[in-house]
Amino acid sequence: MSVFAVAMVAVMVTMALALVRALRGPTIFDRILAVNSFGTATVLFISVHGYLAGRPDFLDLALVYALMNFIGTLAVLKYLHAPGLGAADLAPPGEEGP
Amino acid sequence: MDPGRGGCVIDALIDVFLLGLLVIVAVAVGQSRNLLVAVMLTGIYSLLSASWMLVLDAPDVAYTEAAVGAGVSTVLMLGTLALTTREEKPGPALEPVPLVVALITGLVLLYGTLDMPAFGDPASPVHQHVAPHYLQRSGEEMGIQNIITSVLASYRGYDTLGETSVVLTAAVGVFALLGGRRRRGAPVPEAEAP
Repeated sequence: MSVFAVAMVAVMVTMALALVRALRGPTIFDRILAVNSFGTATVLFISVHGYLAGRPDFLDLALVYALMNFIGTLAVLKYLHAPGLGAADLAPPGEEGP
Repeated sequence: MDPGRGGCVIDALIDVFLLGLLVIVAVAVGQSRNLLVAVMLTGIYSLLSASWMLVLDAPDVAYTEAAVGAGVSTVLMLGTLALTTREEKPGPALEPVPLVVALITGLVLLYGTLDMPAFGDPASPVHQHVAPHYLQRSGEEMGIQNIITSVLASYRGYDTLGETSVVLTAAVGVFALLGGRRRRGAPVPEAEAP
């Protein structure tokens, strides 16, 4: 019990630090990394909270969060690489600039 | 749940931490002029609120919030940014009338919560209406072990059908919008062949 509580506090401190970087980050890539780290910390938060509350039945929710975090980060990076997601990428180059 | 004093302290700490971060992120989203930053902060907000729903013992809502709020919404808003612009245009300064209306509405909503039963109160009307019947009889009436499944798929079958219709309509609308743009941008050569 106390071990999970200490781990929970550590995870929450990590989330707070990642949030500070996401809010202050001078460049956009600082923010991307911070958001990704925040998502990873959220996965840990859910896992630890499951054991802290004595009901680790919802650990698969952490898997969903990990996948969503991955998709979100990929979407942001793809947007930065070539503004336009999906169908807009298929348009001939030069039709719409960034 | 361990009913120790340490458990109470860590639970209160988690509540204060999650709600405090939600407020901070919400203010930051409102303050940000860079819309890409606002979109990424919205993703953080969704993750936080989903965690908060999980702490409140609503894992199904947390699933939905994580998939829709943090996943699909981020991608959709990035697609919107790709079609429009990344910087927010400077709008008018603080408008007093909408602020006052929003504050009054919030206060009225807070006043309305005073009449609500306490959180988790077993004697609240919600838990006295049909919930006992579902809990005791759904197994023999539906033959399904999981009560939530029998409520969603059978007792409230029409409600669930309506929800899935809404989701299907939204998906058709999104595909119509995205597909229409692709056809205009890059004509399909097969369609032009005689």
